[in-house]
Amino acid sequence: MGYPHKPHPRETLVLSEHFGDSDARTYDGWVKRGGYRALEQALGMEPQAVIDEVKASGLRGRGGAGFPAGVKWDFMPKQKSKRHYLCCNADESEPGTFKDREIMRWTPHALIEGCAIAAHAIRAEVVYVYIRGEFTEAIAVMQQALDEAYAKGVLGRKALGSGTSIDMYIHRGAGAYICGEETALMNSIEGKRGNPRIRPPFPAAVGVFGMPTTINNVETLGSVPHIMTRGAEWYKSLSLSSPKSTGTKLMSVCGHVARPGNFEITMGFPMKDLIYDLCGGMSPGRTLKAVIPGGSSVPVLDREEAENCVLDYEGCVAAGTMLGSGGMIVFDDTADMVYQMMRIAKFYAHESCAQCTQCREGTAWTVRILQKILSGRGEMQDLDLLLDVGEMMTGKTICVLSDSCAAPVGSAVQKFRGEFEAYIKGARQPAVALV
Amino acid sequence: MHDASTHESVFDGKRRARLDEIMKRYPTKQAALLPALWMVQEAHGWVSDQAMAEVADVLELTPAYVKGVVTFYTMYHQHPVGKYFIQVCTTTPCNICGAEGVVEAFLQHTGCGELGATSKDGRYTVVEVECLGACGFATPVLVNDDFIENVTSETVPDLLERYR
Ligand SMILES: Cc1cc2nc3c(=O)[nH]c(=O)nc-3n(C[C@H](O)[C@H](O)[C@H](O)COP(=O)(O)O)c2cc1C
Ligand code: SF4
Ligand code: FES
Repeated sequence: MGYPHKPHPRETLVLSEHFGDSDARTYDGWVKRGGYRALEQALGMEPQAVIDEVKASGLRGRGGAGFPAGVKWDFMPKQKSKRHYLCCNADESEPGTFKDREIMRWTPHALIEGCAIAAHAIRAEVVYVYIRGEFTEAIAVMQQALDEAYAKGVLGRKALGSGTSIDMYIHRGAGAYICGEETALMNSIEGKRGNPRIRPPFPAAVGVFGMPTTINNVETLGSVPHIMTRGAEWYKSLSLSSPKSTGTKLMSVCGHVARPGNFEITMGFPMKDLIYDLCGGMSPGRTLKAVIPGGSSVPVLDREEAENCVLDYEGCVAAGTMLGSGGMIVFDDTADMVYQMMRIAKFYAHESCAQCTQCREGTAWTVRILQKILSGRGEMQDLDLLLDVGEMMTGKTICVLSDSCAAPVGSAVQKFRGEFEAYIKGARQPAVALV
Repeated sequence: MHDASTHESVFDGKRRARLDEIMKRYPTKQAALLPALWMVQEAHGWVSDQAMAEVADVLELTPAYVKGVVTFYTMYHQHPVGKYFIQVCTTTPCNICGAEGVVEAFLQHTGCGELGATSKDGRYTVVEVECLGACGFATPVLVNDDFIENVTSETVPDLLERYR
């Protein structure tokens, strides 16, 4: 069942098959639907064999960067001399993204199962599921499922009666987008401010509590049980396009579409069909203006680019943007791109951890320049200044939050320059009072 | 303001036992800091300097360190707030779907007047927050721990009826 809509015939339901079906939330309901068979199978395999299967499936990280999951697991030390940890990234705070919440709300046991399989593969005995503090319902559902999983012997000293010990805990965040960045997340678990760490060392060498650690997104880990039971070949076959993009992807679509929500598609699905068919297109009388496809951190596409974009990692790059987390923000012709870019920049300015000068100052200045333009006091050179500031913010900081502010703003200045110029030339009424 | 003598200790009895249980999940005491601060907020509604000192004492940290962490995270209240703490998302995806109108409606119908201020009857505090991770259900609103989806400026008065 789809959520909040009935599934569309063109969706491929793997992760979302049981969305909206509360019986699937319980342990019994999950087992009835074939749950925990994948874990049983994985626990009977050598950890390396599990890694190899996931590698062969081509599964790539769904948290934003698209790094191959099996390759990441393979970075973990094989000779175990220290404790290993797995962190599940459920901080989901990227504007436009709301898929992990649905996985946790409807199929908590799928996530627990995926985490347990990954823990076995990387030889981690402890898993922390880092859930953003605002997800009160997801936290409650996950906690109940964890309690059940312990009670049924799925977790604990002898997971499912095997020789493997797996403990799993929820760590509740407390309001900070930056804690979704993997090294900030580890600091937050350690009871610190969520400042990203300089790499190297990478988490597989020095992670949480100084020990080898793997961090994966909820959707990545949720895909793992399906790969175990149905096989890498099956997963790889779920692709309409590049062999480098495999499986299904939950696309969160929001903004100006008739039916916003999560839609599960196979990699390579046309963006045009997602918007006009699955999401029902724009409101009557409105036309598509722009799309930011990967959460707010990636370059914006204009209508033509969006209508020709193929939804997979390579297709989005070819269109000049990124698939990111798959959080698609759709703008119709009523959207004020200047105002919305200011709002996006404000988000990053608010969420910057302020360690790096380029990010702290760059995000704040981007907001100020955009507000000046919106107030009707902008000058033409402000547009070049915005691009200059953006360049200073890109590729120079400890994490990519800084780049994430520059990417949408810079691309909007280039693709919707006329809207910025309209404010500067006084052809458009000021949208904010002068600050 | 509150001085140490009026601070009602948080980590006695049951709560102390719960915190001890939580501490077992981590190899360091410090790692129990975020959970401990959540427990403080649950008990008192906010995190006072005295409570930070108590947490520091229990987890063998300094009060200054604890304050440094508290101030990093937006969900810990450093001042008392209204009985109903209302968080409205106004980030871009919700913004283009009318979130600013929802904020206006809350400010008007709660009598708060301005963001961050508590209404005279002590009942409500309204704040704008960044993306709540439910952008397809614009506009999502958190009232204390209740996560409410699809709020519009028109539905605000009815919604508030549930929080008197
Ligand atoms: C500022 C920032 C915020 C991020 N937020 C999230 C997040 O909320 N959830 C997530 O899974 N990954 C997030 N990431 C990506 C993580 O750092 C990391 O790459 C990811 O969790 C790895 O999991 P994956 O390989 O399974 O995608 C963020 C990255 C940055 C730079
Ligand atoms: S880029 Fe920004 S958020 Fe990232 S570490 Fe630097 S200051 Fe912090
Ligand atoms: S932008 Fe409002 S919930 Fe994401």
